[in-house]
Amino acid sequence: MAQPKLAEQPNSMKIKSIEELNAFRQEILSLQDPARPTVIVCHGTGCLANGSPKVSEALRKTIAKAGFQAKVMPGIKTTGCHGFCSRGPLVIVKPYGLFYQRVKAGDAEEIVNTTLLKGEPVERLLYKDPKTKEPIALEKEIPFYKFQQRVVLRNIGKVDPMDIRDTIAAGGYQALARAMTSLTPDEVISQVEKSGLRGRGGAGFPTGRKWRSAVAAIKKKGGPVYVVCNGDEGDPGAFMDRTIMEGDPHAVLEGMIIGAYALGCHQGYIYVRAEYPIAIKHLIIAMDQARSLGLLGQNILGTGFDFDIQINRGAGAFVCGESTALFTSLEGRAGEPRPKYVRSVEEGLWGKPTVLNNVESWANVPVIIEKGADWYAGIGVPTSTGTKVFSLVGKVNNVGLVEVPMGIPLVKIIEEIGGGVPGGKPFKAVQTGGPSGGCIPYTLKDVAVDFDSLTKAGSMMGSGGMIVMDRRDCVVDVACYFLKFLEEESCGKCLPCRLGVTRMREMLDTFSKGQGSKQDLEDLMSLAQAIQDGSLCALGGSAPNPVLTTVKYFREEYLAHIEQQRCPAGVCKDLITYQIDPEKCTGCMLCARNCPQKCIQGEKKKPHRIETEKCIRCGICLDNCKFEAVQVS
Amino acid sequence: MKEHVDIDDIIERYPGKPESLIFLLQDIQAAYNYVSPEAMTLVCDHVGVPLTQAYAVATFYQSFSLEPKGEHEIRVCLGTACHLKGAGRIVSELERRLGIKAGETTKDLKYSLDTVNCLGACALAPVSVVDSDYQPNTTTPKLVKLLDKLASE
Repeated sequence: MAQPKLAEQPNSMKIKSIEELNAFRQEILSLQDPARPTVIVCHGTGCLANGSPKVSEALRKTIAKAGFQAKVMPGIKTTGCHGFCSRGPLVIVKPYGLFYQRVKAGDAEEIVNTTLLKGEPVERLLYKDPKTKEPIALEKEIPFYKFQQRVVLRNIGKVDPMDIRDTIAAGGYQALARAMTSLTPDEVISQVEKSGLRGRGGAGFPTGRKWRSAVAAIKKKGGPVYVVCNGDEGDPGAFMDRTIMEGDPHAVLEGMIIGAYALGCHQGYIYVRAEYPIAIKHLIIAMDQARSLGLLGQNILGTGFDFDIQINRGAGAFVCGESTALFTSLEGRAGEPRPKYVRSVEEGLWGKPTVLNNVESWANVPVIIEKGADWYAGIGVPTSTGTKVFSLVGKVNNVGLVEVPMGIPLVKIIEEIGGGVPGGKPFKAVQTGGPSGGCIPYTLKDVAVDFDSLTKAGSMMGSGGMIVMDRRDCVVDVACYFLKFLEEESCGKCLPCRLGVTRMREMLDTFSKGQGSKQDLEDLMSLAQAIQDGSLCALGGSAPNPVLTTVKYFREEYLAHIEQQRCPAGVCKDLITYQIDPEKCTGCMLCARNCPQKCIQGEKKKPHRIETEKCIRCGICLDNCKFEAVQVS
Repeated sequence: MKEHVDIDDIIERYPGKPESLIFLLQDIQAAYNYVSPEAMTLVCDHVGVPLTQAYAVATFYQSFSLEPKGEHEIRVCLGTACHLKGAGRIVSELERRLGIKAGETTKDLKYSLDTVNCLGACALAPVSVVDSDYQPNTTTPKLVKLLDKLASE
């Protein structure tokens, strides 16, 4: 039974004090029965694409049809991403904590009959441990969840992001009320400083110090001051910000309102990628609901403090994640960065003092105020406190979003939470930090995952993308991929980035064709150094990182391309040939029928053969073969 | 097909200030699938920026198109996870089949093919979006089948 949405309530009330907030929360909680079964369906992007709307619809219908209002009254709730995207659509049944994976609409009846009526699990929908093959019934016991520590993601997968009442029941806006009624703005900043929170957007600048310097700048230059949330998650392979905005938009808003209170700011902006329509929708709904309760807008919580937020959609430019480019874009112009002689806290948006923090950083703020700076600083390691959300993707069994305390060994994330590489082989490398980061080889598997240790290893935290590569992935190809990406995304304003990155990409292109020399490799390294030193903004400054780390850790593989015209991973098109294993080929004809070159010969039910001289190595035969008969050598 | 929206109605949505430029171009792009020269002039008059600046913006950001787009839009994600799982091969095959390069539209205005840097749906890699439907674990055979279906509609 769904609770009435705020919009349906007549005379929506304004909350005017912490007491009223608590009373409202008690009222919502009193309408809930913790023992009452609730069916939670994940509506994160991954599950949506895999058909979760059909699942929730079927469950809703079946529950209504069963008509057991009087007996058990099951509720159904759609939430943000639970993180375990590769297993979607996901369904969790509370209060038992039962976890069902890959649920289809047709399973609704069995879930209702077996679990809701009899309280028993539906065996076939349970997660099975890939090693022991034993089913695991409870969410909290699945290794993917067991080793995580969910601080930022605490509400995601529990609350309905489109109903503020759910968030308030879960403790949302408590920190805001506490900050505004019992802490001075200065004390709020002190708490953030003491917590040790470092910016989660990548560079890891201490958030409290940033706020403190903004206060100094305002004193010196006068207001107004702006707070901005960077939701332009352009890093390929990262989706933590998307998940936070979609699954718990109120955490972002609450963090920003607390920040605005601390800084005396009255206008905020959230810059969101246009590729994230659900995030934009949920943020807009959340803002409307917060406004109608008096938690955002004029006279927040009856304190006389005014603050409102505007959402700007990005228009598809990676460089707009860079602070000065983002401000330029907010001002309505082409998002070109400008030199940072003066920092944004002094001259940011419209030339005014501006505090820009990333989505995950803002979402951390309420927890710090609510549970205290000391509690927060106790998580992680002394120089990197708290937790970090990573998107674990690539050649790993458990693909999804994970939140772990800072300082955890890399191998623990990949092997225990991620379940290792398919096939059980060790991973080859992990690419962290997106195009600005680097590759960490298996030999450094025990490296602690925190800001400083990753930088020492030649990579960086970045926004938190973690792309696992196995022996079938070529480092020359990956480095080339990132450079191609950056070449396209460079704004072109400064020469080192505009020409340098292109030249680096051209050199890698020749390597992947089996051309070039050892000297070229040396030249590439010195060019990389020059680009690092001479670029205007962080896009160019960090562009050489993927090249520098892969050459550092995988020089042999580069040499194999240059000197032996060989791609050990079997990726670089010009250096490989496709063959059909006659043992495995069943003669199904699928490859021959789909080959654009018509260069696959053979009769039905007899092994086929590829004419290598005509083959353009498009890989379509590989994609089509169901018997793994097509091989690359 | 999209509903017809009057351009004046779009322009009235935002105040006539330079910072409204991107918002307006986005709404026009969404309504018409591209920004026509006429629309560009109207927007510039409204927000008070020179045409050169509006073109600088429209050509800088990836989401604006100055050419009409096709009836069906195919976007293939080229994020890192998708790249590792063979998204590049999918793009090449689509380019071959449709006879256009990524970023172009077929002559009959039936299909537009684009690549996108990351959709943030890495668990579904390789992923593509046809019109507005996500296609998880895209393979060329699956996509070709879908295109054939669209063509016959």
